[in-house]
Amino acid sequence: GKNDYDLLVIGGGSGGLACAKEAAQFGRKVAVLDYVEPSPQGTAWGLGGTCVNVGCIPKKLMHQAALLGSALKDAQHYGWNISQPVHHTWSVMADSVQNYVKSLNWGHRVQLQEKKVKYFNIKGSFSDPHTVRGLTKAGKETVVTADNIVIATGGRPKYPTHVAGALEYGITSDDLFWLKESPGKTLPSFILYVSLECAGFLTGIGLDTTVMMRSIPLRGFDQAQMASLVTEHMESYGTKFLKRCFPTKVEKLKNNRLQVTWKNADLGTEETDSFNTIMWAVGRAPDTKTLNLEAVGVKTNSETGKIIVDASEATSVPHIYAIGDITEGRPELTPTAIAAGKLLAQRLFGQSAELMDYDNVPTTVFTPLEYGCVGLSEEAAVQRHGADNIEVYHAYYKPLEFTVAERDATQCYVKMVCLRRREQRILGLHLIGPNAGEVIQGFALGIKCGATYPQLMKTVGIHPTCAEEVTKLRITKRSGLDATVTGC
Amino acid sequence: SVQAHKEEENPQKTMEVNGLMPGVNSYDYDLIVIGGGSGGLAAAKEAAKYGKKVMVLDFVTPTPQGSSWGLGGTCVNVGCIPKKLMHQAALLGQALQDSRKFGWHFPEEVKHNWMTMTESVQNYIGSLNWGYRVALRDSKVTYENAYGEFVGPHTVKATNKKGIEKLYTAERFIIATGERPRYLGVPGDKEYCISSDDLFSLPYCPGKTLVVGASYVALECAGFLAGLGLDVTVMVRSILLRGFDQDMANRIGEYMKEHGVNFIREFVPIKVEQVEEGTPGILKVTAKSTTGDQIIEGEYNTVLLAIGRDPCTRKIGLDKVGVNINEKTGKIPVNDEEQTNVPYIYAVGDILQDKLELTPVAIQAGRLLVQRLYAGAATKCDYVNVPTTVFTPLEYGACGYSEETAVEKFGEENIEVYHSHFWPLEWTVPSRDNNKCYAKIICNIQDNERVIGFHILGPNAGEVTQGFAAAIKCGLTKEQLDNTVGIHPVCAEV
Repeated sequence: GKNDYDLLVIGGGSGGLACAKEAAQFGRKVAVLDYVEPSPQGTAWGLGGTCVNVGCIPKKLMHQAALLGSALKDAQHYGWNISQPVHHTWSVMADSVQNYVKSLNWGHRVQLQEKKVKYFNIKGSFSDPHTVRGLTKAGKETVVTADNIVIATGGRPKYPTHVAGALEYGITSDDLFWLKESPGKTLPSFILYVSLECAGFLTGIGLDTTVMMRSIPLRGFDQAQMASLVTEHMESYGTKFLKRCFPTKVEKLKNNRLQVTWKNADLGTEETDSFNTIMWAVGRAPDTKTLNLEAVGVKTNSETGKIIVDASEATSVPHIYAIGDITEGRPELTPTAIAAGKLLAQRLFGQSAELMDYDNVPTTVFTPLEYGCVGLSEEAAVQRHGADNIEVYHAYYKPLEFTVAERDATQCYVKMVCLRRREQRILGLHLIGPNAGEVIQGFALGIKCGATYPQLMKTVGIHPTCAEEVTKLRITKRSGLDATVTGC
Repeated sequence: SVQAHKEEENPQKTMEVNGLMPGVNSYDYDLIVIGGGSGGLAAAKEAAKYGKKVMVLDFVTPTPQGSSWGLGGTCVNVGCIPKKLMHQAALLGQALQDSRKFGWHFPEEVKHNWMTMTESVQNYIGSLNWGYRVALRDSKVTYENAYGEFVGPHTVKATNKKGIEKLYTAERFIIATGERPRYLGVPGDKEYCISSDDLFSLPYCPGKTLVVGASYVALECAGFLAGLGLDVTVMVRSILLRGFDQDMANRIGEYMKEHGVNFIREFVPIKVEQVEEGTPGILKVTAKSTTGDQIIEGEYNTVLLAIGRDPCTRKIGLDKVGVNINEKTGKIPVNDEEQTNVPYIYAVGDILQDKLELTPVAIQAGRLLVQRLYAGAATKCDYVNVPTTVFTPLEYGACGYSEETAVEKFGEENIEVYHSHFWPLEWTVPSRDNNKCYAKIICNIQDNERVIGFHILGPNAGEVTQGFAAAIKCGLTKEQLDNTVGIHPVCAEV
């Protein structure tokens, strides 16, 4: 055709790269545009998107650093002679993590090259439905045309701009993972999973951390128990919580610390305290501002700003598609973006008709005590089917490894939400405990296969693991019986 | 009615006096369980739930070295539990090394104290023994710490530590006596060698250790001993992990070798002598090649035998009641309802012929059996697609067919094997083992590419495998697997 490329992908993150590489497999001419607008604090990064640079990867590695801190404490009980307390140096960790992330940036560039995908480090915006123009860092303009365009520009952290000083003095997750020096005494603000995970590992490496939250933790996740078990554990772990509070202003003090003023909604009081670092985690906004979507008529949701797509990831404009965090109504997860991107490429160029299935997508919150889940929360199940039609099986368990280590397992908990009638299909599974992600993954498969409670009970457990507790669930919430697991 | 509940020198005489076959309503108990391990206790507690009068007889014959333990069976005392805890201790040693790269700092060399670990582990086990006794009491199950053996129809003799004998009768019996480690049958084996029965309560650090055997017990023990910093050698007669997928078995061996475990392949010990007494002392092991005439010698502080386990079925009077056993292996053949050839005598757990030697299987079988006997249930134990995990330094989780068995059963052209190496994210920063973790699934092409085998080698393999086992139970196909989104970043998403 007369266009430069068969496919142009705007955004080199999880979804964008997966789509581009898949399309290239079909022998198509593909180009990827990726550009990172520096954060207000000046942080920027390489190819790979949020997950690789300022998301999943550095988050899990720092979470691991915190877990290792606990392991060091456990090790003494298991006979290792380490004198406590053990100290943590931020810069050693940050260096290792940042180096690894950079190796991934490099790896992605090499992969694109190997698959003959053209990569432009430019910031693109639409001039017409098949044309994107972009500026390099040096200011040079490039124009690219394509038969099909996929928007995969993701999101960036929001700032509470109504709070004076928020923009000048606060950082976000975009900056946290690239800090060269320790954030010291840190205050992430408001509750989202991003915030709890960061607060968790910051506490774990020995920093004085406070989480300020306006209302409920982990909005969107199971509130019947799971969210509060997670925060309860964090409290016993050492993270401080300022509940039902919201900040009103941030000022810089002479000693370079930051003073935060906030209102306590319950008490109606106003309080202040000083911190080294304030991290905002108040949500992420889709990165669409500079795309010039209005020029081509791509419709977005007026409230969220996200791009509206149908089941085939098509936008309101023919030949323009969108995948990943930028799309309305989709989970903001790397694996769904990757899967959607691959399937889209297969539909465009590979004669496939398969659509992405967004149901029963498993996920894990990597707080100090991890929370993995798949399917419906308890309240969603009640809402959809009625409390009389669902059965909730649950258990408080103790991981074997916690015993010798004398670790508190109060919040280690698993619950399964099933339909009550007939075959008792499993609607949702929730687990809090070590390695929750590893446990949930396989069960997510089972749920995809329509697993029922009897089938799960027929599955023999692997002993001794935490996962086997799922196959041993017998006590229902309805019975009111004590759900603590005792012995073998 | 028969009242055989008294001290008796000649139980046979008592029975002759009172009639050979005791009346149905005059038994002392509804159910007597011989063996207080995973299977036995599960069955006993379940039966008590239905209001049955139950007795458990549990007794541990001390090892040649004198080790013994409390209620709970192999798993709790000398199996799964202490094994996993010591494995965890070894993993923590590795975590210590990793943590430096993640920013933690502490003195260069960290040493491990065997006694601290063993004491902690034994204390925990003690709490479990206690917990079981309380649980039995609360369930109103009578427990006697006595050696049970059949002396006649519906009658067992229970001999306690002091040698006092009592007779008990029951309508039904469940044999759940489990197994004990096998010895080599060469000079010096019982005098100087230890087994897994002794290792977990050893009151001194084993030091330089020779592990004889290639079972999962051998490799797991060798693995954690090496992880704690000990000099470990494994002597293998032929292949590793017989019965397991051999490709996976070899990868496990390779990993252990790379991590400092020495392997002597195709040799068997023919003599063990004591060079020096002590705790530990020094032992000299002479071994002969299985493929030629070569003889080698080596000196070790400890020799740990892990060459297999034998069922405790030869000395429990089975001949007196006519229960058939496999003469060669000692295992008891049962039908699919765990019933022996004698209608009122059942068996569960490790002693069963052609069944898996796993705690959860024994528990499941025991419970379901009792539900069938007393609660009108009809569900039989499902022994198919039982998942398992080998807790070697690099853990191995599996469910379903090994590659070789799948090829044998379905034919190579009818199966498809999908596989992948992976690098756990947590290993990147400390630059560990780039290409060792591995996962494969075996699919039956003719049956919709149904997943018939799942194998994973990597950290937390047990946690990963459990859910996949549930999915396989639901008839998982490759397509469904492909359609399931991964959790990122975890190993299981591979």
